[in-house]
Amino acid sequence: MDRLLFLLATGLARGAVFALFALSLVLIWRAARIVNFAQGAMAVVACYVAFAATALSGSYWVGLAAAIAAGALTGFAVERGVMRFAPASAPLAGVIMAIGLVMVIQSALGIAFGPQARPMPAPFDTRPIVVGGVPVLSPYDLFVLLVALGVMAGLLVLFTRTSLGLQLRASALAPEVSRLLGVRVGRMLTIGWMLAAAVAGLAALLLVPTELGLTPHSADLLFVYAFTVAVVGGLDSPAGALIGGLVVGVVMTVVTGTLGATVAPIAVLVQLVTVLLVRPGGVFSAREVRAA
Amino acid sequence: MSEHDTRVDAGAATSGADAATATPAVDAGSAVRPERRPRASTRRLLLTAAGLTVLAIAGTFLLDPYRNYQLALIAAYFCATAGLTLLIGLTGQLSLGHAALMAAGGYGYAITTNAATEAGIEGAARFGLGMLGAVAVSAALGLALGLAAARLRGPYLAGVTLVLVIALPAFAAVFAPVLGGDQGVRIAFDGVPEALRALIAVEQWQAWVAILVAAVCATALALVRHGRLGLRMRAGHGDETAARLAGVATGRVKVAAFAWSAVTAGAGGAVLCFVTQAVSPGAYTLAFSLLLVVAVVVGGLGSLGGAASGSAIIVLLPWAVGALTAALDLPADLGQRLNGNLAVLVFGAILIVVVAWRPAGLAGVARRAVDALARRRRPRSAAVPAGGPRPAASAPEPEASTEPEASTAPEASAPRTTEPTHIER
Repeated sequence: MDRLLFLLATGLARGAVFALFALSLVLIWRAARIVNFAQGAMAVVACYVAFAATALSGSYWVGLAAAIAAGALTGFAVERGVMRFAPASAPLAGVIMAIGLVMVIQSALGIAFGPQARPMPAPFDTRPIVVGGVPVLSPYDLFVLLVALGVMAGLLVLFTRTSLGLQLRASALAPEVSRLLGVRVGRMLTIGWMLAAAVAGLAALLLVPTELGLTPHSADLLFVYAFTVAVVGGLDSPAGALIGGLVVGVVMTVVTGTLGATVAPIAVLVQLVTVLLVRPGGVFSAREVRAA
Repeated sequence: MSEHDTRVDAGAATSGADAATATPAVDAGSAVRPERRPRASTRRLLLTAAGLTVLAIAGTFLLDPYRNYQLALIAAYFCATAGLTLLIGLTGQLSLGHAALMAAGGYGYAITTNAATEAGIEGAARFGLGMLGAVAVSAALGLALGLAAARLRGPYLAGVTLVLVIALPAFAAVFAPVLGGDQGVRIAFDGVPEALRALIAVEQWQAWVAILVAAVCATALALVRHGRLGLRMRAGHGDETAARLAGVATGRVKVAAFAWSAVTAGAGGAVLCFVTQAVSPGAYTLAFSLLLVVAVVVGGLGSLGGAASGSAIIVLLPWAVGALTAALDLPADLGQRLNGNLAVLVFGAILIVVVAWRPAGLAGVARRAVDALARRRRPRSAAVPAGGPRPAASAPEPEASTEPEASTAPEASAPRTTEPTHIER
């Protein structure tokens, strides 16, 4: 029972990060109707920048800020340099180009930094706090949970309370009309990508010290989890991403904790297939059909 | 129904019979009623396949053992890419997990072969049983995936198949008693048969087997593409609603397409297992799965010839890059980092460039070249009738760009889709 409680608590922290990463996928999906398969690779670029910044300055927080900035820059470069050239009417073209991007980024990182994992210490203690004889969350997990929830709240405010958010939503929903009303749709698209990539970079960085480690391929699994989360929650629904993230996070942690880490990918596959077959629109989506 | 049939047939008539048959694409514009000679073109297709196979087998005599080993690899990959190119090109279903289907075939082959060895079966019978096992396992997995795929679209299917490849080592570990965990399954060595032993080396023999299996797979797929199922795949991909109205069970067609491509991928995995005498999850990584996608995209989606050239590229380019970096005499550390990574970098860049600027791939380039030659050879007055310079000039476009561009370039494919129906009315 104690163990289950511990797994639930860590699962929530992991799930919050999955949700954050899934949210970044949802952002791009809503803005550009592309599932960005390169999101993981782009996030790893941000993590390497954070690693370099931390090594240079000696401060974790400089690294964190650098990761966010680098994520935004990567998003800018990818949108302007690659995705803009994707033939708009073929949905597969975007996916295939993103896959090309994954190959380019991962191999470039491999050439630059080699395959070995770089050590990336956490800024807080990673041993769980014991409350009344029961180990619950570690301070670092608490930090991760708070940051993830804080960023999500910030995004909520951005999208619902600011002029920029309104323009972002408008240009995603009805680009032509927005253009007529004076919204710079192209710029909004770029901002959407930058925002999403920055969020993804932050999310990946939060998990690097405890479970991912820093290698060119470290975000592969995170992307897979986040994709599952986005599908469970519905690609169109940010709220679905949050709930889906928490659900998948807890399920994965409990499965890993009881059956071992090797089974984790199978559990992801089972969740993904079940949701897609039973409710293809996502469990928390109000939409009837998914027109991808 | 008939309207729909003829409209898609106009495309099938030219692009259906590979690049090898140089049916001038210009005719597609002027010949409004496509000729229906299924039997004659089936015979032609079989003859072409037989000819190419004999040519490839004769070619093995010109190569040294290592080249023959590479040729066997190319043939094994071709089995998988041929199915994948039809799946993506004709039905628009993107699978990132064909490596997992190849692995399924490999495991099926290895397990059946080992069982046969224990039962005392040897030689060709054992190989045949192994192939049957491979086909059975991969078909079962392909059917299951296809059932899911029929309900999913684009990125969702891509995601599911991606997770399947990533989960492959997990499956191997969980079912370790059967699949052997990370080590995989080893099989007994299959040497050259007695009768040929004086004539050829083992690599050449393996290349022969691989070529024969690939030939069977590719011919079967060419027939599928050429026949009813191929038509229906195109119809469903072009306009799903219209196809359904015309009585095409699009869901069933998608499942069938997935199953076909799974079976040939499984055959490819079996051949790889035959050549390397082992199957393990380490050989079927995500990177390899993405390479298969690179091969079919670079070759040109929907084109079997393109899949063959794409397979050759994914085998030969890494080898060439490796040879190049070895020749450059780089520091050991850098050389190690470049090893493998540089080729993937090049492949990724090629993939992006091809999708953005040459969506029809190598097959499109080749077809355009053939068209240009044909046009130059023909006297101008005969090639371009009075009113027709525009359709004739734009006709090669949709032919050159095989299926997926039906949606990327709607204005280019418009003449093909509308013209026959107008006349029929």
